[in-house]
Amino acid sequence: MSTPFYVSPQQAMADRAEYARKGIARGRSLVVLQYADGIVFVGENPSRALHKFSEIYDRIGFAAAGKYNEYENLRIGGVRYADLRGYTYDRDDVTARGLANVYAQTLGTIFSSAGEKPYEVELVVAEVGATPDGDQIYRLPHDGSIVDEHGSVAVGGSSEQISTYLDQRHRDGMSLAEALKLAVQALSRDTNGGEREIPAERLEVAVLDRTRPQQRKFKRIVGRQLSRLLEADGAASTPTDAPSDTEEPDGATPAPAEAPSEAPEVSETTEKPETKAPEGKDSGKPDGKDTGK
Amino acid sequence: MEANPRSTGRLPAAFLTPGSSSFMDFLSHHSPDMLPGKRSLPPLQGAIEAPHGTTIVAVSFPGGVVLAGDRRATMGNMIAQRDIEKVFPADEYSAVGIAGTAGLAVEMVKLFQLELEHFEKVEGAQLSLEGKANRLSTMIRSNLAMAMQGLAVVPLFAGWDVDRQKGRIFSYDVTGGRSEEVGYASTGSGSIFARGAMKKLYREDLTEEQATTLVIQALYDAADDDSATGGPDVARRIYPIVTVITDEGFRRVSDAESAEIARAILERRLEQPDGPRAALL
Repeated sequence: MSTPFYVSPQQAMADRAEYARKGIARGRSLVVLQYADGIVFVGENPSRALHKFSEIYDRIGFAAAGKYNEYENLRIGGVRYADLRGYTYDRDDVTARGLANVYAQTLGTIFSSAGEKPYEVELVVAEVGATPDGDQIYRLPHDGSIVDEHGSVAVGGSSEQISTYLDQRHRDGMSLAEALKLAVQALSRDTNGGEREIPAERLEVAVLDRTRPQQRKFKRIVGRQLSRLLEADGAASTPTDAPSDTEEPDGATPAPAEAPSEAPEVSETTEKPETKAPEGKDSGKPDGKDTGK
Repeated sequence: MEANPRSTGRLPAAFLTPGSSSFMDFLSHHSPDMLPGKRSLPPLQGAIEAPHGTTIVAVSFPGGVVLAGDRRATMGNMIAQRDIEKVFPADEYSAVGIAGTAGLAVEMVKLFQLELEHFEKVEGAQLSLEGKANRLSTMIRSNLAMAMQGLAVVPLFAGWDVDRQKGRIFSYDVTGGRSEEVGYASTGSGSIFARGAMKKLYREDLTEEQATTLVIQALYDAADDDSATGGPDVARRIYPIVTVITDEGFRRVSDAESAEIARAILERRLEQPDGPRAALL
């Protein structure tokens, strides 16, 4: 038997990260946005049965990009964790923070354990509060770090580019229709700044709606309700430059018009070394679980 | 794989094992001592004194089903609680009412609700009404050892069958035996009297309002003849809990509505203490 080559720990970790990132990048992106009455999940998903978003508990939703079998496994684990916790203590004692910590530990352990293949998934755990201030969104990259996000977050393939686009345009207190439209605009930009159309039947949309009278706030938006929200009524056009666009009857038109001007700026941000982003964002977060990187 | 999964804070293997969509199955693997049926009983002779819930009634009507219960819990000859709630939503399209040992029953309902919710979240689809009824059967059966010490739980399960588009009622016995009831059903200590009342008043073409009135009439008759069943308590404003399940889902009749019907019945009974008369022939 030949002696194995020496591989430095840095190199080994970098290889694993590279492997996981590539796997995640193959999947389509999805976005999670805060709006006035809650949190909306939007993604492109040709399947109606294999969901990217789902309910974990009363106020907690789950979104995942990457390999289906791996995130489905984590999702069910999360549902079991939440239900067990709620059964042991009380329904109010199940929090997104607790769940995000458990996910982070699980992903982190798998990522750094040499015997296991790193999971090719990136998760978002969101909890809707009684007021917008109480909303929490956590992003969990493949390596077990936690990023506490505000306003909007994108995961999956071209998440860097999409989140830059969202950061520039998302504002607090958007209506559901506005947030949904912004999300679709963000998702329909492809990597080289172009536009493509995502038909409503390929969209998966779900909300955590704090105004819902039921205890369980998670709801899928499908069919008529979705097309009604997507159909532009002028007021719900691109929120940032609304005044100049109000005369446009078609809410979709402003986006292509401004796309060329934004394109260089966006593609610039995509050039940023990808590895830097999560680590940089992590460092100051009290909730960030350091997994030994 | 991991020597000690707890030390890393990672989800233990039981959480990530694919396969079962049942919360009870998961519990029995992960922490079996939390399941009501898995507890070992002390070798005790005789019955244990604990609050008991009393009468539950259900009536189906063409658009759905009504499930209602009185508000009394008794412990021996004492009234343990005047305003106990014994009818609960099981999920969006079904409800469960419980008679028997109150403490165990509430725990059973909590677990049953969670079982249905858990399945729905994991599978992304609801169990069929039959499936829900069978699940409840299993839970009652696991309580058999307790039942033999006098701590029985006997529920009534009612729901809207989304596939067959009608309201259905299931009754149970202490051994978990399940039977579907046509039209109306009752359980608990006052059930005999409630059933007598419903038998005479039930018609197949009841409206939702009539069905609601009928269950309160039946509960009144149960309270009339059974000391363990509580009638409408006008002084304390405690009225029966009435729930309606239709194709629009579960709805609890508001206290004001329930009070209004109960008061109307009470008003009529001041003149006719035995309630409405059925035709002789």
